[in-house]
Amino acid sequence: MTDMILFGVFPYVAVALMIGVGIYRYFVDRYSWSSQSSQFLESRVLFWGSVPWHYAILIILMAHFLAFLIPSGWAVVVGSPLRLYLLEVTGLALGISTLIAVALLIFRRIGNARVSAVTTVVDWLVLLALLLQVATGVYIAFTLRWGSVWYLHTATPWLWSLFKLDPQVHYLAALPAVVKLHAFNAFLILALFPFSRLVHVVSVPLTYLSRPYQVVVWYRQRRTG
Amino acid sequence: MNIRAQVSSVFHLDKCIGCHTCSIACKNLWTDRKGAEYMWWNNVETKPGTGYPTQWEDQEKYKGGWVKQGEQLQLRIGGRWGTLGKIFHNPSMPTMDDYYEPFTFRYGDLTSAPAGNDQPTARPVSMVSGKPMKIEAGPNWDDDLSGSKIYAANDPGVVKLSAEEQQQLFAIEKMVMFHMPRICNHCLNAGCVASCPSGAIYKRGEDGIVLISQDKCRGWRMCVSACPYKKTYYGWSTGKSEKCILCYPRQEAGEAPACFHSCVGRIRYLGVLLYDADQIESVAMQDDKDLAAAQRDIILDPFDPQVIEDAKKSGVADQVIESAQRSPVYKFVKEWGLALPLHPEFRTLPMLFYVPPLLPVMSMNNQGKQKLADDFFSTLEQARLPMQYLASLFAGGNEEEVKAVYRKLIAVRIQRRSATVGDIPAEEVTKACTVAQLDTEAVDAIYRRTTLTRIKERIVVPPMLREQAIEAGMDPEQHKQEMGFGSRRPPKRRW
Ligand code: HEM
Ligand code: SF4
Ligand code: SF4
Repeated sequence: MTDMILFGVFPYVAVALMIGVGIYRYFVDRYSWSSQSSQFLESRVLFWGSVPWHYAILIILMAHFLAFLIPSGWAVVVGSPLRLYLLEVTGLALGISTLIAVALLIFRRIGNARVSAVTTVVDWLVLLALLLQVATGVYIAFTLRWGSVWYLHTATPWLWSLFKLDPQVHYLAALPAVVKLHAFNAFLILALFPFSRLVHVVSVPLTYLSRPYQVVVWYRQRRTG
Repeated sequence: MNIRAQVSSVFHLDKCIGCHTCSIACKNLWTDRKGAEYMWWNNVETKPGTGYPTQWEDQEKYKGGWVKQGEQLQLRIGGRWGTLGKIFHNPSMPTMDDYYEPFTFRYGDLTSAPAGNDQPTARPVSMVSGKPMKIEAGPNWDDDLSGSKIYAANDPGVVKLSAEEQQQLFAIEKMVMFHMPRICNHCLNAGCVASCPSGAIYKRGEDGIVLISQDKCRGWRMCVSACPYKKTYYGWSTGKSEKCILCYPRQEAGEAPACFHSCVGRIRYLGVLLYDADQIESVAMQDDKDLAAAQRDIILDPFDPQVIEDAKKSGVADQVIESAQRSPVYKFVKEWGLALPLHPEFRTLPMLFYVPPLLPVMSMNNQGKQKLADDFFSTLEQARLPMQYLASLFAGGNEEEVKAVYRKLIAVRIQRRSATVGDIPAEEVTKACTVAQLDTEAVDAIYRRTTLTRIKERIVVPPMLREQAIEAGMDPEQHKQEMGFGSRRPPKRRW
């Protein structure tokens, strides 16, 4: 029953919040949509926190998505022992980077008077949730080896069952508590998303690569000719 | 031809008395808010000096503006991929320490302190953290501190000078300074616009004012680096960048921007320039020394029938063309060639021009007394402020550009001296005018525009769209700190 609530019901609540509140915030209070950069107040520690954090977490997230979206392709990748080994080692290294990075980000928010003055409760919730997420992730990678394989038989079918609106929580039932915590906390982060600075993640400014350098906006229709 | 109109300005540095009224007018109107205390959209620096933020002109450090990469222009912070790659941490972003930590005082302690033997004091506290702090810098920390070994000697323009020139500058009895007020230049080839990953910064087509859309800004803080003049400021509380808006709401109501209106020295001129937007890139590609001249060339003559016709074709309204014909900026920059852009070598094509200051250049020390030099033209070479220093400020290092301006300013002085005191013979005046390449009519016009103008001649605001006025009956006091961004909600962090 608990499993059903945590892994069959809560994910929908989290995603509904993310989409519902996210859309509300985007259209009603777009002014608030920001990365809330704090580099202006403290730059040096941020470098050692933010840069490894972002590069590592983006790659790790990508791996989680790929194994969910194209499990057959992923199965081919982890099919050879050498590739599997490389993948696990890389994943572990990236995981440890995120752990150190998020720890630095947390210490920075405690230790620097200026940064802590601009830190809100939600900022704390986000950082603590992320810390829990990467800590459990690294722990799992250490103690429950070959996750890139067993993910395919547990998380992937569970996520697909959620996607098909037919939650099958038994895929997770037999897994150790730490894995369950990791899975639950992932959706908790999604639920936090619309209420926090995490909204910056969906504003990745890729259009910058193709737009003209100069932007000119006309208030009235420009009458030419 | 793609003719556009640009609201541009001229600051006449000989007239600036360094009173900072402009800065205060702006502060009271726009930046008297949490997170914006340190933003001085208008600031007045002492030159030589390190400026605000400290050493902002040093682009090795701050990476502002553009550089030529072969046949192309590239932002100094990097190409498009490079800029996005640095989004998680911007290595050339100035921090609060390059500006100053805003502070206030615990005034309450003055009245609430218990009775005792000592005078109660109001301790300084940080406006960021609220904690007691030691004030080590402020918005105008090196005001009037010319000759200082800490400030003036570290002016990026001074550092570049030869040892001899530096000595000339700092010889104690020669110590020299002038004030340089700065606002956003509303550039034609703006670095801030080009750097914004979200595309939140834009130039208004009708009048060329550069604005940051507060709804589109995501706090990627690239513009802070890319503006070589450091005129975009990151709002540390709101997570949004902000900049000078050239008081567009005032201009839309037909009023002068606040800093212009309040200027005590009446140094500020404002008016429309017409220019050909198709030329922006080719002008920005010129060599350093040719940039000032190239920037003059992009400005079109609003009386030329061909220009008028092309402007109409490009959609410039008739009243705007008419306004451009009355523009004092056109006169100073193009007709008289008296005003130069600040640091054209940053290649953003700034649209604020400066008449370089004559007095500190010309006045000489004569047995302990300051007096104007006798032999005007030859003294340019031995001016108290090295020509190279001025050229590196206003002409990309091209001394000829600044000298040409000085010859004109001197010719005007000689003519006025001759007319009022009468101790300079007429042929001297003619000679000065010939050297300066000005006719006597122009000299007279310059004199009048410089000294005898009324506000309507100094500030010619083009007709603009009027914003909806605050409805009658609303209490402005209640809505203080909210206006200026089209925000329907106060600019505060809410999520
Ligand atoms: C490509 C996508 C992303 C971009 C462009 C991006 C960009 C940024 C930027 C500019 C900041 C502000 C850094 C500063 O203080 O100057 C930031 C902070 C942050 N980002 Fe991201 N980010 C991305 C993805 C993510 C992801 C996927 C996560 C986590 C799941 C994340 C979590 C965070 C957190 C927690 C902070 C706050 C760090 C702190 O100040 O303590 N970001 N991000
Ligand atoms: S001076 Fe103004 S318009 Fe020019 S780059 Fe800086 S902020 Fe942008
Ligand atoms: S108000 Fe005018 S005279 Fe006073 S400092 Fe500003 S620009 Fe100079």
